[in-house]
Amino acid sequence: MKLTTQTRLSAVILLILSSLAVSVQAGVEVRKFSSDEQERRYHKLIDELRCLVCQNQNLADSDSQLAQDLRDKVYQMVTTDKTDQEVANYMVERYGEYVLYNPPLNSITSILWIGPIIGLLVAIFLLLYNIARRNKAKPVTLSEEDRKRTRKLLEDDSADDQKDDDK
Amino acid sequence: MLKFLIPLLLFIILIVFLAIGLTNDPRYIPSPLMEKPAPEFTLPRLYAPTATFSPELLKGKVWLLNAWTSDCVGCRQEHPHLLELARQDIVSLVGLNYRDSNQLAKSLLEQTGNPYRIVVTDTKGSVGIDYGVYAVPETFLIDRKGIIRYKHIGPLGPDEIYGTLLPLIKKLKQEPA
Repeated sequence: MKLTTQTRLSAVILLILSSLAVSVQAGVEVRKFSSDEQERRYHKLIDELRCLVCQNQNLADSDSQLAQDLRDKVYQMVTTDKTDQEVANYMVERYGEYVLYNPPLNSITSILWIGPIIGLLVAIFLLLYNIARRNKAKPVTLSEEDRKRTRKLLEDDSADDQKDDDK
Repeated sequence: MLKFLIPLLLFIILIVFLAIGLTNDPRYIPSPLMEKPAPEFTLPRLYAPTATFSPELLKGKVWLLNAWTSDCVGCRQEHPHLLELARQDIVSLVGLNYRDSNQLAKSLLEQTGNPYRIVVTDTKGSVGIDYGVYAVPETFLIDRKGIIRYKHIGPLGPDEIYGTLLPLIKKLKQEPA
């Protein structure tokens, strides 16, 4: 059987679509919220909290048992009107600040927050310094002798080129 | 000359940092529970489901809480070492059977031996969350005042038990309750 280009193309598209469907989100438990505000907060929180088991995923994306348990916990806390800060504190008390994808500014994390700004300032300083130095540089002046030598070299060079072309 | 030295120096600094990073274990996350009171709980016991256990009962003693499941590879690895530790009768070993079925837990302990003085069943995993358990096996060392003094993530081997745990236990036993 020979596959036409069209069927092959549609097979590829189907494959891509089905892989997309799997990767959308693991946190798809059916939840009931008493308000849209609660639902929004729940989704925001599970997006911002890290799953400890599969470290580079958040609670929303992870399918691990622990992530499921912690989503349940977040749901329970959000529906009992706990503030976002209380939920974050609850997680930090147990798992450390590592669970926060958006770490707070404190003495340990300060280099994370200030480091890029310092890098930018250093880069700007170096750029300005180099521009200033370049502006200060004197234009090179050639003596008559230098000019003669240069001309001679250039002529020799073009003569060589001529020879190469002849070959 | 400086033009080449500065980037080279920066490159070497970068390499040193990356090399240090390679030796770190990304799965090791320092527990915020260290030097804090062990969270209270009351859980049914595996071999006496109508009876319960809570850490309060061991106040005044140095004890170990070991979180395990019947289907975890690391737990099987450390199991013989835990049996050996139990045989020496130095410290009370409490097993926290985390999110497991009682039946599977019992049959595993029957097959391989039971190192625990008490096994409690955390079927829903809520105590595991309170203790920040994220990768079984995990072991907590709790002192006579009920404070968590040491936590080990991953299977315990002879190095951890004889090199770290036992000397620390000896020291903690001498502290006032």
